[in-house]
Order: sequence, then structure tokens, then C-alpha cells
Amino acid sequence: MSEITVRQAIQKGLMEALDSDPNVFIMGEDIGAYGGAYAITSGFLEKYGPERIKDTPISEAAFIGAGIGSAAAGLKPVVELMSISFSLVGFDQIVNMAANIRYMSGGQVNVPMVIRAPTGAGMQLGATHSQSFETWLCEVPGLKVVAPSNPSDALGLIRSSIKDPNPVIYAESAGLYGLKGEVNDKYYEVEIGKADIKIVGEDITLVSYGHGMPMLAKVSEELKSRGVSSEVIDLRSLSPMDYKTVNESVQKTGRALLLDTARKTGGVMAELAASVQESSGDYLDGPLLRVGSEDVPWPYNRKLEQHAMSSVPKILKQIEIGYSL
Amino acid sequence: MEKKEYLDLYRKMYLIRRFEESCGENYSKGFIRGFLHLYIGEEAIAVGSITPLREDDFIVTHYRDHGHAIARGLETGPLMAELFGKKTGVSGGKGGSMHLFDAGKNFMGGHAIVGAQIPLAAGFALASQYQNKDSITVVYFGDGATNQGTFHETMNLASVWKLPILFFLENNFYGMGTSVERIRNNGKSFGNLAENYSIPSTIVDGMDVLAVKEVTEESIKKVRSGSGPAFIEATTFRFQGHSMADPAKYRAEKELEEWKKKDPLINFNNYLIKEGIAADIDIEKISKSVDDELEEAVKFATESPEPDLNDINNDIYA
Repeated sequence: MSEITVRQAIQKGLMEALDSDPNVFIMGEDIGAYGGAYAITSGFLEKYGPERIKDTPISEAAFIGAGIGSAAAGLKPVVELMSISFSLVGFDQIVNMAANIRYMSGGQVNVPMVIRAPTGAGMQLGATHSQSFETWLCEVPGLKVVAPSNPSDALGLIRSSIKDPNPVIYAESAGLYGLKGEVNDKYYEVEIGKADIKIVGEDITLVSYGHGMPMLAKVSEELKSRGVSSEVIDLRSLSPMDYKTVNESVQKTGRALLLDTARKTGGVMAELAASVQESSGDYLDGPLLRVGSEDVPWPYNRKLEQHAMSSVPKILKQIEIGYSL
Repeated sequence: MEKKEYLDLYRKMYLIRRFEESCGENYSKGFIRGFLHLYIGEEAIAVGSITPLREDDFIVTHYRDHGHAIARGLETGPLMAELFGKKTGVSGGKGGSMHLFDAGKNFMGGHAIVGAQIPLAAGFALASQYQNKDSITVVYFGDGATNQGTFHETMNLASVWKLPILFFLENNFYGMGTSVERIRNNGKSFGNLAENYSIPSTIVDGMDVLAVKEVTEESIKKVRSGSGPAFIEATTFRFQGHSMADPAKYRAEKELEEWKKKDPLINFNNYLIKEGIAADIDIEKISKSVDDELEEAVKFATESPEPDLNDINNDIYA
């Protein structure tokens, strides 16, 4: 085992792919000479050269589309977006091309491509740079969406995402790049579509992904001090989503709190809540609980931003109201 | 050029014309639904520009795509079956008129968001360049697409990266019902847009199949040599409305009359006879063989099964 950061885990996975498959290349804005807005590809240009580490003009629609075409022609592009908010500029390419092209060609055209993008609020970047559009992309059949919360999953998921023959959105919680954690030195992958039970417990199921997971770890600690045993699940993959693991857990515990760090309305937990209600409604000992960020454009001011975000106190309060725990 | 090659050009153009007429008939009968955009009047462009391509070159086009598909050699039976929504269609009945594909022939669609196919096409060109292959990509789009950001972004990207791509503008002077004059304030030619990105441009009479073929051959040579992209504007006119739903009331009857004098099929027919390249009997033979082929195509489409209902979940993920 080695202790590395999420950033180092992503770097490791990318370098492995570049080393082992000549068809893998990376493109995006300022990923080469600059080294990447979040320094993920720092030093890559020197090591792999400009053919494989391609700096692009600031033209998201053009280079996302070019990534899709190159994937359809047999390459393995990893496209970096500086922020998942910038996906909006290339949304037509992601949805109408990457996701739809296989279906509308009757299965003739595949798009083995990864789009990496930082996501999430908490760094005072204001309304345009703090959004979490992995939630929107989960609605689109043809795409897969993953969102690691720790170095081990970050490495396992970047490996499986690059290997996957479909377009995969790899959403990186921008606040977690520096998070350290243990990573197995032996090669492994994390299966896309498989949630991870981080803590086994009996009294309540807590579910989130990405930067919701550090919050749930704290919530679980606090509940433990109150004598409440919680089962903590990291979805890891938002599309496809592992409904089975969550439902089995809820059927065991009879209680659940689902945490979105994105805005509450239309978040992935709304979808998961519907599934839990349908499949495990009879097992619930009280209301199915959901916490998400406020339905506001993200404010710049730190106090306002923190107030808008999901938080440990908000989660605990919901659990107290819902289950008197 | 041999006589056979001339006749081949003529046959492809005639096949497209008759295919489109047949589509119109079958749309009226209710066998074809959805949006149907006919290529009648524009046949010389697809035939003149696709004929000189190699098998390993890529073609990416827009939603008025039947002509390009036929020029590329996609069979009319599976094409008609696609329009009929049948399982045997080129896209398994899941694409429809606007989304024709044949990956085996590097015919990479039929795309129905205006201008969206242009970045995609750059990706095929990028793959050729990355793999050191000398295949090229041709991307077709209309005058309406020239005001999309994707058009400008991709021309810049292709120019900076010297991608082996041929930008092919089919200027039929109307983006749906909006005339070119109303969306451009500096005349009718678009070549300067390409020149702004240091891409060499040519303008050609899109009603003249031989002229289209000649300029395309020159551009293909240039692009294949690795010098970067090229741009061709072919002027043309669609003889029908934008789609079957469009009676084209925004165009003056006289304008259509003038363009019909330049009918690419009739004029090429006359040219072949006048130059002594072909005799009436050659033309008649082609007419007969095309009519027979289309009869077969419609029969194939009619008799083919619809997709199975459980096909609905297939082809989403690889």
C-alpha cells in the first residue's frame, strides 16, 4: 500500500494508460505547457510530447467533438475540461454526439472516450464555476458517469473509465484533489456501476458520492458517539447507479439519508430516493431523508457559499427530525 | 475520363434524383414519417465530390444526407428500409432519414443539429493524422451552418493543427426559410470565412458535376499531402422545400425557375449527348436499371420486418 493524493492517483492512472496504449492521448485547455488548471497533467508534455498531450484552443465544442470523432475512428481520447460548468459550451457534442451516436447508427459507431472535469462548490468560484453538472449528464442514456471520493477509487475508476468502450464522464471533486489515502500497489480496477459500502452498520444507511463522502464520515462518527450504527455507502458511479446495494442496505437498516452536494432539485439523490421508495418503501421506519445544496446560484461570499452547501450540521439535523436519532 | 466513368456519374445522379422522388411518394403514402429533407437539385455536389474519394476516407454530413449516402455506394434497399423504419435499414431503423450511417464504408452520418457534425469530422481527421495515415475527411454542411460557433471553432482548430479535412459548403442560399442575404451582410460568397483561418478556399458551380469533381480532386490532393485543411463552396439550389412540410413560400417562383434551367441532371445528360460521349440508348439503359433498382429497394423496405421491441435497449452501450 502507498499513501497518495487523489491528484496523484489520477496522474498515475493517466500515465499508465499513456504508457501502455499508443492510442491514448489527452487534450484540453492548458493541459500541456501550463500543466493543467489543477495540475493533473503537470510534466506530461515533457514526458509524452505534444502529439499526445494536446493543448487546445478555448473551443470546448470543437475539441470535445474532435475527441468524439477520434474515438469513433479508433483512438482513446481523454478530454479534460477545466470545469464541469464548461461542459455546457460543448453539451450538444456530449449529448447529441457522444451519447447518441451509437444508438442512432444502430450500434455501428462506438465512442471510447473519457471526459474528465472538476466539479463542485466550496472554493468561492462563484455561480459559473461551482456547479455539479454530473447530475444532468446522468439523465442521458449512452453516457456513463463516475465520481470518485478518494485516491483508491480515483485510480481504480480512471483505469476502468479509460478501458471502457463507451463515453465516460469522470467527475473530479475539485475540493478533494489534495485528499490523501491508501492505494493498493497491486493493479486493480473499480467496476463502473458498483457502489462501495465504506462502513457496515445497522441503524441507518447514509449514501453520497464525491465530496459528500468526507461529510458522511463525520456524520457517521457523530452518530456513533450517540450510540447509532450507520452504514455508509459511496455510490462512486452515478450512471449506471448501483440501486441494488443501496436497497439491500435500506432493507436492513430501515432508515436512510441520501446526500447530494449538488443542488437538491434534480440531483441524483432524487432519482435514488424514488428507487428506494419503490423497492424498499415497506422497510422504512420513517421518512426517507434527503439533503442537498440550496437551490440558488452559487454565491461568491464565503459565508453565503458555506450556507448554501450541504453540511454535517444540516445532515445531523435532518436525521434528528426524521428519526429522532 | 472513360465513357464508363461519365456514365457512372450520370447514373449516381439519376439514382439520387429518382430515390428522392420515391421518398417523396412514400412519404405521402405514410410509409416514411418524421422529417424528410430531399436533395433534388443538389445531386452534382455529392456525386462530384464523393466519387474521387478513397475507401479509407471519411465522410461526415448533415441531415440532407441521402445523396451523400448513395454517392458513397450505400445500397438503396437498406437506405429505403431505414426511412421506412425497418430493422434492415442502414441504422437498424433507429436513425431515420437524418441519421444514415455505414461505418464499414466510413460513412459516419447523417447529423441533424446544424453544424454539430463539423467538430466530429475534425476528430476523424485527427485520428488519421495521429495514426500517420493519409486518409482524409470530408465534412458537408449548408450555408445555415456557417453562423454556428462549431463551424468557426473547427476551422480554427483544423487550421492550427493542420488536420487533413476538406470543409465542403453546400450553399443552396436558404437556411430553411432564411435567405443568405438575411444572415450575411457582405455578399454571397463564404470563402473569405475560411481564408480568415488561413484555409485555402475555392468556389464552384454546384450544378456542374464535372466542375465539382475537378475542384474536389484538386483539394483532396492538397489535403492528402498534409498541408492542412481546404474549403470548397459549391453553389446550388434545392428544387423542393426545406422538408416535406415546407411549401417554400419564401422563395420567388422565378428564382426556382432560373435555377431549374441549371438542373444538374438534365444539363449533364445534354452534355453527354452533345459531346458524343453517350447515346440516347445509354441514358435509357441507365433509366431502366435505376427504375428497376428502386422498385426492388421499395419492395425490400416494404417487406422487411420492423425492429423487435426488445431492440429498444440494444445499441445504447458497447
